Amino acid sequence: MATVEFRVGARAHIVVDSDVCRSCTTKACVTACPANLFAPTSDGGILFNYEQCFECGTCYLVCNSEGAIEWSYPDGGEGVVFRHG
Amino acid sequence: MAHIPSPESFDAVVVGAGPAGSAAALALARAGRSVVVVERGPFPGSKNVYGGVVYARVLDDVIPNWWEQVPVQRWVVRRSTMVMTGSQALTVDIRTQAWGQPPYNGMTVYRADFDSWLADQAVEAGASLVTSTVATGLLRDGTGCVTGVRTDRPGGDLTAKLVIACDGVNSFLAKEAGLLPKAEAAHHTLGVKEVLALPADVIEDRFGLAPGEGLDIEMIGCTRGIPGGGFLYTNRDTVNVGVVVSVAGLAGSGIRPEDLIADLKEHPAVAPWLRGATVKEYSAHLIPEGGYDAMPALAADGFLVAGDAAGMTLAAGIWLEGVNFAIGAGLAAGEAASAAIARGDVSAGGLAGYRKSLEAGFVLQDHKRLRGAPHLVLSDRMQRQYTHLICDLAEQVFTVTNPQPKPGIIKLLRRTARRHGIRWRDLVRDGIETARVFR
Repeated sequence: MATVEFRVGARAHIVVDSDVCRSCTTKACVTACPANLFAPTSDGGILFNYEQCFECGTCYLVCNSEGAIEWSYPDGGEGVVFRHG
Repeated sequence: MAHIPSPESFDAVVVGAGPAGSAAALALARAGRSVVVVERGPFPGSKNVYGGVVYARVLDDVIPNWWEQVPVQRWVVRRSTMVMTGSQALTVDIRTQAWGQPPYNGMTVYRADFDSWLADQAVEAGASLVTSTVATGLLRDGTGCVTGVRTDRPGGDLTAKLVIACDGVNSFLAKEAGLLPKAEAAHHTLGVKEVLALPADVIEDRFGLAPGEGLDIEMIGCTRGIPGGGFLYTNRDTVNVGVVVSVAGLAGSGIRPEDLIADLKEHPAVAPWLRGATVKEYSAHLIPEGGYDAMPALAADGFLVAGDAAGMTLAAGIWLEGVNFAIGAGLAAGEAASAAIARGDVSAGGLAGYRKSLEAGFVLQDHKRLRGAPHLVLSDRMQRQYTHLICDLAEQVFTVTNPQPKPGIIKLLRRTARRHGIRWRDLVRDGIETARVFR
């Protein structure tokens, strides 16, 4: 991930409701996220880092629990900057 | 950082300065309309990822001799399709020098360069470009007609006679307008790629290219059975290597996408090409691959949608194209919007010329003709069984079995099909289906 430029904003553009995740049996976000930003916690929840997000949207597409992942874009000018996309 | 331009209200707001948005803005500006393009990234292309090759024939009438100014990496003169298993690869390779001279065919470009270049064309024609600004929602009048967008700038509402949403595969505006479902894993694939640095002369030696010439390889059978495929494209001094996989398939597999790239890079047919290469950038992006049948309605009152936001990427196996469809749709949207403004009717009915124009050209005709292709290419038999069948058959045809005499090819086919549990009736049915889809 050191190969990609990120302009990290102060606001988390993706918010995960770990309470919902505790009842999730698949946790597909953990393996599907191409930036590897979802980590399962020992109590069955999910820890999420928004800072190195590619803003692709895979996580909310694979999330099987409506509302567990609240997804929006980072504020204007912030987030990932692809130079060779 | 650009400033919000001064007019109180515009003829049109275009959201997203990708190929669709810039093409729409270019068409509007050339028609004399006031248009502002809102881009959430710090510059056009900064949020965009593709394979990638651009086929820019669609620009011939719009930007004459575009090839003299476009920020090209390499002109694609070789196209290969590779059918792979873990230890085999069968490649069909076409090379033609015709693609290496004007008016050219495909080119590799970086989206940061290409999208910025196309946005510059719109700006030169009179469009305003506002970067680092997110369109956070739609403005509507009392009848529900879209009249602009909210942005994340203080006091940043932008009002207009209509809005053209070119805000990409996740299009929150098309979702807000009720044209797209909120989340639909089934119609999306995830593309992940590494851009690997290699000296230009090394790329030319390894891939049999002259300076300026490029190669495009599409692969099937390299994604551990997850529906999808792989790719390799040459830039001037980098090589793009990656995979595109079904989001639903990936989610169910428990396999990490970057492991699929690692597999591909280690494949015996690929590894020697990449020896000594270092990773320059790793990136990922969703692709709307549902094709014609998954496309949303393209217009609502005061609202048009184009490009990835409208699911216009063509993923038809041997043809993987998107940027050209986005440009074609953006131009049509801009022209239809301008005509609707001239008539004073920006209702969905007044904007119907957009769809008609797309139906009259390649954008919807190609998609309609190839509507069955995404399903066929991503089918389980195509992905798992036929790749093995093809590679094993070719291997046996060319394996000399002396002192045994050569077996007949039909006999080999029969034997190989049986070994992989492929039934004749499926083979025949899929053959007919393939002929029908690509007729």
